[in-house]
Amino acid sequence: MTITTAPAGVSLRGVGRAFGDHVVLRDIDLEIAPGEVVALLGASGCGKSTLLRMIGGLDLATSGSVRVDGHDVTGIDPRCAVVFQEPRLLPWRTLAGNVALGLPRGLPRNERDAASRQWLAEVELHGFADHRPRQVSGGMAQRTALARALARRPGVLLLDEPFAALDALTRLRMQDLVEDVQRRSGTTVVLVTHDVDEALKLADRVVLLGGAPTGVSVVLDVPGDRPRDHHQPELAALRSELLAGLGVPRRTPLERETHAR
Amino acid sequence: MTLSGAAEEVRERPATTPRRRWTPVAAALSLPVVVIVAWQVAASSGAYSAAQLPPPLSVLDALADLAGDGSLWTHIAISVQRVLIGFAAGAGLGFLLGAAVGLSPGVRAVVAPSIAALRAVPSLAWVPLLLLWLGIGEGPKITLVAIGSFFPVYTTISAALAHADAHLVEVGRAYGLRGGGLLGRIMLPSVAPAIFSGLRLGLAQGWLFLVAAELIASSMGLGFLLIDSQNTGRTDILLMAIVLLATLGKLCDALLGLVEKRVLRTHK
Repeated sequence: MTITTAPAGVSLRGVGRAFGDHVVLRDIDLEIAPGEVVALLGASGCGKSTLLRMIGGLDLATSGSVRVDGHDVTGIDPRCAVVFQEPRLLPWRTLAGNVALGLPRGLPRNERDAASRQWLAEVELHGFADHRPRQVSGGMAQRTALARALARRPGVLLLDEPFAALDALTRLRMQDLVEDVQRRSGTTVVLVTHDVDEALKLADRVVLLGGAPTGVSVVLDVPGDRPRDHHQPELAALRSELLAGLGVPRRTPLERETHAR
Repeated sequence: MTLSGAAEEVRERPATTPRRRWTPVAAALSLPVVVIVAWQVAASSGAYSAAQLPPPLSVLDALADLAGDGSLWTHIAISVQRVLIGFAAGAGLGFLLGAAVGLSPGVRAVVAPSIAALRAVPSLAWVPLLLLWLGIGEGPKITLVAIGSFFPVYTTISAALAHADAHLVEVGRAYGLRGGGLLGRIMLPSVAPAIFSGLRLGLAQGWLFLVAAELIASSMGLGFLLIDSQNTGRTDILLMAIVLLATLGKLCDALLGLVEKRVLRTHK
């Protein structure tokens, strides 16, 4: 089975979101090219998840326009698929049954089942199709959630801190998996994270969100081809810039050397 | 990239041994056995007359007598029929109204306060009105059972749906489910355990209201047997009717429990 999708572009123009009088996001302008991987980086509670939800149509902007593939987003968007921070699997369904939620409606039962199993194989979960969510580990559950999103063949894959609740090793594996799946499917990815290294490892561009109300502080291109190692020296300067932008400045190795002299 | 699923932890449920399945049955039966022994001791001590407290065996005799002339089956059948029809109607209405109130804040605002007020009316208060409106046939009895079954089902379902797991509901929406699809695939399955506890409470309350209906106006049924045996001084039949009510109520609940276990097996 090919997992190729038709990647979609995302265009945010003057996007704002207020809850009552409380303005969370203001004047967000961002163009995301089809097939691009963009990380939205920001401190906790800055509204980065809200921005992601507005692209998927789970939340609607109070000002400005959100467009996917040139069409305004007015509700839940079939071109987008979301992976949440928690796996959010239906506990009464098997893993295959959960993946089926992402498949088109009205498929015959046997086709649906076969497709679910193939998507599970894509996230290295062959053999676990008949397991229940509570029988598998957190990492496997999150991979199932990824398979469910991929089954939708999304133009834009929206990842809302999907690795935040995983242990460090599982997180590294999941990052590799997402990188691999993105490369093979070509889908556009918007990744919300507060992890600078994760953003540098996976993204083509990093969008740093900040201020009150939150706006785009800086947009940085990440040099080098993926898969990337975030210890690459050319990323060190970017890393300190982003950490400083998040309010936790760190010295780069170069600065440390200069300082020691 | 090597990413082996088998390397990760897979939780399996421990197998249950047959021995552990029988222990609860023995434990559940121990208390009734103690009660029957105490009953026998009290009845044969001479402290009570046979009219006040007949021994357990004479209750069994009464059961055999009534079973012999066939009237026992008529009483049981009519009572069970009233409970089943009344429960189906009351629980069905409770389900629909509970779902509407649980899903729609608008319906809730309009309907919920009035239903809460109706629920505060004691069950027996309906009897004169039902007799007046529906006569003395099956109508008032079944209606009273339906009223009894309605409230537990309505209350549990409206509360459960209003508090259905918001995360799962959002996943359903994010994956294109709306309206009936969202209700059938996400919301109802997620509140299925609450639905079943509502149904079981409703069934139990149906039996409660049945006896109330049959005590007041009927010529058949277990409730009639209670009031009739009181009037004729047949304490043995009275006790037998109580034991039968306990048995039938427990049996109905156990059957519903089996259905629940089967439906909810995937929730484990």
